[in-house]
Parts: sequence; structure tokens; C-alpha cells
Amino acid sequence: MTRKQRRLAMIAGGLSVLAVAVLLVLFAMKDSIVFFNSPTDVVEKHIAPGARIRLGGLVAPGSLSRGEALSVRFEVTDGNHAIAVTYQGLLPDLFREGQGVVAEGTLDGAGVFKADNVLAKHDETYMPKEVADALKKQGHWKDEYESKKSGPVLP
Amino acid sequence: MIAEVGHYALVLALALALIQSVVPLIGARARDGALMAVATPTALAQFAFVALSFVMLVSCYVGSDFSVRNVFENLHSAMPLIYKFTSTWGNHEGSMLLWVLILSLFGALVAVFAANIPDTLKATVLAVQAWIAATFYLFILTTSNPFLRLDPAPFEGRDLNPILQDLGLAIHPPLLYLGYVGFSISFSFAVAALIEGRIDAAWARRVRPWLLVAWMCLTAGISMGSYWAYYELGWGGWWFWDPVENASLMPWLVGTALLHSAVVMEKREALKIWNLLLAILTFSLSLIGTFLVRSGVLTSVHAFASDPLRGVFILAILVLFIGGGLGLFAWRAPLLRQGGLFAPVSREGALVLNNLFLTTACATVFVGTLYPLALEALTGEKISVGAPFFNTTFGPVFACLLVALPFGPLLSWKRGDLAGVAQRLAGAFLVALIGLAASFVLEGKPLLAPLGVGLALFVITGAVTDICERIGLLRTPLATVLRRAAGLPRSAWGTAFAHLGLGITLLGIVGETQWGAERIVSVKPGDKVAVRNYDVTFDRTFNRTGPNYTELAAAFTVRRHGEIVGVMEPSKRNFAARQMTTTESALMARGVSQLYLSLGEVNADGSVGIRLYYKPLVLLIWLGGVVMVLGGGLSLSDRRLRVGAPKPARAKAAVMVPAE
Repeated sequence: MTRKQRRLAMIAGGLSVLAVAVLLVLFAMKDSIVFFNSPTDVVEKHIAPGARIRLGGLVAPGSLSRGEALSVRFEVTDGNHAIAVTYQGLLPDLFREGQGVVAEGTLDGAGVFKADNVLAKHDETYMPKEVADALKKQGHWKDEYESKKSGPVLP
Repeated sequence: MIAEVGHYALVLALALALIQSVVPLIGARARDGALMAVATPTALAQFAFVALSFVMLVSCYVGSDFSVRNVFENLHSAMPLIYKFTSTWGNHEGSMLLWVLILSLFGALVAVFAANIPDTLKATVLAVQAWIAATFYLFILTTSNPFLRLDPAPFEGRDLNPILQDLGLAIHPPLLYLGYVGFSISFSFAVAALIEGRIDAAWARRVRPWLLVAWMCLTAGISMGSYWAYYELGWGGWWFWDPVENASLMPWLVGTALLHSAVVMEKREALKIWNLLLAILTFSLSLIGTFLVRSGVLTSVHAFASDPLRGVFILAILVLFIGGGLGLFAWRAPLLRQGGLFAPVSREGALVLNNLFLTTACATVFVGTLYPLALEALTGEKISVGAPFFNTTFGPVFACLLVALPFGPLLSWKRGDLAGVAQRLAGAFLVALIGLAASFVLEGKPLLAPLGVGLALFVITGAVTDICERIGLLRTPLATVLRRAAGLPRSAWGTAFAHLGLGITLLGIVGETQWGAERIVSVKPGDKVAVRNYDVTFDRTFNRTGPNYTELAAAFTVRRHGEIVGVMEPSKRNFAARQMTTTESALMARGVSQLYLSLGEVNADGSVGIRLYYKPLVLLIWLGGVVMVLGGGLSLSDRRLRVGAPKPARAKAAVMVPAE
């Protein structure tokens, strides 16, 4: 092979691997990306049952109830709308009523969100960013959420 | 006083860095020995002052000096001494100070150990190091000063995030930073080569030890971080494709590519420009990692606190160094003399293939990590990209790399014989096929698992075959074999061990993800839960008190085929100062497999929710990491790196007169 042919072969090889990678990325983008929605989004966008989404908001106070075999039911609210969520399993340490939560799963035909993963992050002052933004958008952001985040409370 | 001394020392370090970033460079251009010689003492003094500053902050922490705001926010006086010590970098400000401490340490090491490199190169390298150092000192002093005071001083601190109150904090961040920051040396060497307009095989040999150190530390840091997440977070997962984890994986992938392509440059004087690009990219990705973690763009365990000003500042640093580095590359690289070309089927060809796969794999991770940020900035739409994305993109690319891996070290330089290599790998093929068949028959079900086992065994036996071939095992008398083994370059052992480690890690990943068993149930005292061959009986709950927490622990008796093998005591810890609960899981190793038990909600009626996992081969994931680091260490001890680069004859030196 001449110098030029070798170089061409190498470039062609490189490009073909890249092309395969691009195809894989596009394929994965189509199937495995999950959109974040607030309860208002769910109502307004008419999310189809069965579509995988992330639902974020506050756990509505007084809505948590436990059933058989570690099943739980609670409502996620952004102040305007509330969506009932069912989940089976262990809730994270920082899951509390009145605090921010993100649940991943699908809506069933009756409009109940079946979560297979519930996230509450690792810090008591933590408000998931998506949840904070969604609350601000709905006009239900309270300053007390922020004050928990701000600097130390001096003695 | 202590805090002020630390603050002042950091200011002095900044002043020194500013001198070091200008004077040696002028010296190198003017060929003035005296000006160039400024670099060494300033690099050493800079390290001394940053070290002083760091020691001062540590003593504020160990002495529980709550008049320092940073200490007040992250310390509780009841914490054990070791955690008081590690709290120093368990927060944004302190961890940035650790970052620059390591940066100045590397600068000082270059000043001391790079004795046999040309003066101009050394002066330029240290000047570039000082640019990086100066911007980061400025960043700390203006936006993240850990030495600010509080008046009046509070009596008690706010405690460290309980998740960080663990020995992992003592090991994981320093190792990771040694890796991230270690890549700054190859960046500085690359920028210096571009400024000087010359690069040759000796350049690759000079960079190699620094690359190896950085790579070893990053490998160990990632591996350690993964184990920490595994036992601390209580979900039984060891890799979440979290953006912050990806931020450390990306420089590892490109750094590994650089480690391989630098060999081609050293042996064959080829891929010069590619090497420079990789060196710039590796450190750029380290900086992007720092940006992602420290700017508050992402919220995760690692994002201590967010302050928009910090994000903007780090973004500016990012643009300056990545943009500057790549700009310099675009301007100067075409002026460098081209390296040689070579046959596709050869060791060089295999190493290029390795680079292709590693950089492509890195690109997929990059897209998956940054796409959500870009999409949100452009459209406001919020998405999450999780494990399924990376499994379908990163997975196949990396699998291709692993299939090709055992061929590489067996191919000879210049012109390889693929059929011959395949013949020598026949044993490895056979072992892989037997493993595949055996696991299919024994475990069955997910077809991916036997394929994964086959691939892992192929990589492992491929590494063993490589060594056997080199020392002539089974072909020559034992005495000759031993003599050859002793005479084999350490770097050859290093290669084999690193590849062996990768195979071991893969075996662990396949075992854990494909054959793991999980039970999530609610139990009352006396209840029995079975997983695989093990029975776990819930005995009782009891309370315990730690220095700054109280915990509710549960005792479980573990039986295998009815025989008691031990007791597991997972717990829930409650930290009063932060009013925060953490889950402490209990682990029981059975060979290289583990039983993993963590507690959920404890109910009023005495029942407890538990997560019980059986994780087959899980320990191999991290054991493989240890073996990889061992391989790096063997390679680092290779004689050729100690004797230094051969002095190329003047006429032969690849000198390029800059077009000025």
C-alpha cells in the first residue's frame, strides 16, 4: 500500500467506528431518555399511559399510606395539581412528607403513577433542582425552601 | 492567627506562581540560563507555601476552631479525630485547597526529578504548570476562601454530611485528585512541545512516568470511589452512570488511550500530533470534571454547595485552558514534522485501534453526560440519561475493544502476523469457549452473561498467554524460562497485569449484574429470608451510641444449608446535628462473592423492611482495579524510565524551526 492508501484506510476505519457509535447514540437517545415532568406538566401535556417519565414535586403532607408487603402510596404535588403515586420497596432515608422527591416510572390507565424508583437525595437541605425550578414556575416556591439552603444560622 | 497564616501563605503562593508563569518563559525564549533557573526554586517554594496553607487549615479542623466559617459549617466537636482530619477536604473550599496542593506537589516533583530534560523544555513546562496554578489560587482566594472568619465564634459546628463520615473520604478524593491533577503534567509537556515547536521520541519517554502515576492514581481513585458508593449508599449498586462518576471516567478513558499511543511515539516516532491532542484532551476532561462537580451545575453527593460566581469562574478557567490549549494545537501542530506511517496489522496498528475504541467510548460518555445540560440550556426541557443509554452505547464499543485486546501485545512491531497471533491465542479461545459453555449450562438464562464470561476469560488468558509466550513456558527448559522471566522488561509484566486486571473486573461485573439475586421484604423478629443457598434470620433490634450519632441496629443470623456462618448487623444512624439518617449496610464476604444487607423503614410493630442481595463475584470488580494499578506500578519501575531518554544525535533530532 502506498502512503496515501494507508492513510485513507486508517481514516476510513476511524470514521466507520465513529459512524457506528453515532448510530448507537441516536438509537439509545430514542429509547432510553427519560423526560422530567411536574404534576402540572403531566396534566397539561396529556402524557400517554405507559411512557416512562420522571415525576418531581413535593410529597403532599398527609398523603403517605403504607400497605401490605412494603407497598406505599403518596401524592406528588406542585401546588396546582397532585398525582397519586404507588411504589413497592424501600423508600430512601430522606423521603419525607412535605419534601422534594423525584419518582421514575409510568402512568397507568387510571392516572396513577407507578414508580419503580424513588429518589430523594443525600442532604437534608437538598431540593432536587428540577423540583425547585418546577415549583418556581408554578409560583409555589416558598422562601423557606431557600432559607434552608443559605448559610449558617448564627447563634 | 492560624487561619490568617494559611490565608497569607496562599497569597504568597499566588505571587510566586505569577513569577513562575512569566520569567522562565522569557528565559526559554531568550536562552537565558539565569531566567530559566528561576522556575525550580519558585516551584519548590510554591509547594512549600501551599503545603503550609493546607497544614494550617488541617490544624483549624483538628483543633475544632469554629471561628473559621468553613470549619463551623463542616465539623462537629464530637467527631473522631480521623474524620476531623478528613473533613478538611469534605467541603468545596477545602477540596479545592487539596486540588492546588497536589498541583503544586506535581510542579515541585517535576522541578526535582526532571533533571535530564533540556533546560528550555523544563522551564516552559514549569511555566505552563504555574499558569494553571495561578488561576486556581485566584479562584480559591476570590470565590472559595476556606480561611474566612466568623464573629462571634459559635460554640458548636454544623457537622459534616454524615455520608462523608467514612474512611472512604480519607482515600477517594486524594487519589482521584492525584489522577486528575497528574494529567496536568502531560498537558504542560504538550503545551511546551507546541511552544518550542519540537517533539520526538524522548518527549514520550519523559512524559511516561508522570502519565503512569496519574493513571494509577485515577484508576485506584475510581475503583475506591465505586466501592465506597457500594457499601455506603445502601442500594447495592457500584456504578450509577451519575454525571459525576462519568466526569472521572472520561479522563480515565482518554488517559488510557494516551498511555498506549505514547508507546507508539516512543518506539516508532509516529502519532506525534495525535499524542499532543490526547494530552490536551485528557487534562481538559479533568478540568471539565472539576467544572461539573464544583460549579453546582449538577446536584449530587459530590456537589457540596453551589455559588453561581464559582461556576462562572471555573467556566472561565475551562475556556482559557481548553480553548487556549486546542487553539495553540491548531496553530502550531501543523508546523511539527510528521511522524512515520505504518502497516495496519502491526503492534502500532493495534494500539491505534485501541485509541480509536477508547476515544469513541469516551465520546459516547461525553454525549450522555452533557446532552441533558445542553438540552436544558437550549430548550428548557429536562431529561435524565441513565444506565440504559450507556449500556447500549458505551457497552458495545468497549466490548469491541476487549475482543481486540489480547491480540495487541502479541503482534510484533512494524509488520504483524495476524494468523500467527490467532494460533498462539488458540488456548485462550478454548478457555473462553469452555467458560462460555459451562456458564451457559450452569446458570443459563440471560445470554449476555455467558458471552461476558467468555470475553472476560479471553482477556484474562490472553494476558497470561502473552507472558507465557515471552518467557517460552512449556517450550524451553525451566532454567531458561526463569532466566527469561527475570530478564523480561518490567513494562511487559505491567502490560500483562493491567490487562489481566481489566479481565478480572469484567468477570466481576458480569457476575454481579447477571447472576445477582435480590430480596426486598418486610420481616418480623424470627422471620427467615432465603437468597441463593443462604438463609437469613432476623433476631432483634437494639440501640447503639456513637460519638456524634445514635443508631438502631438489627441483628441477623446467616445460615448456609442450615449451618450458621455468621451474624450481620446493618443499622440506621441518626446524626443529631444535621437531623439526618444514614443507612449502614452490612456486608459478608463469601469467597469473592458477598451477601449485602441494608435496612429500610423500621415500623412501630417491630417489623423492618430489608434489602438482601447475593452478589456473586462482586469483589472481583475492585480486585481487578487493584491488579490494574499493580500493573501500572510494574511498568513505572521499568528500567528504561529510570535511565532516562537517550540523547538523540543533533542531526537526527526532530527539530522544527518555528515559522517566525
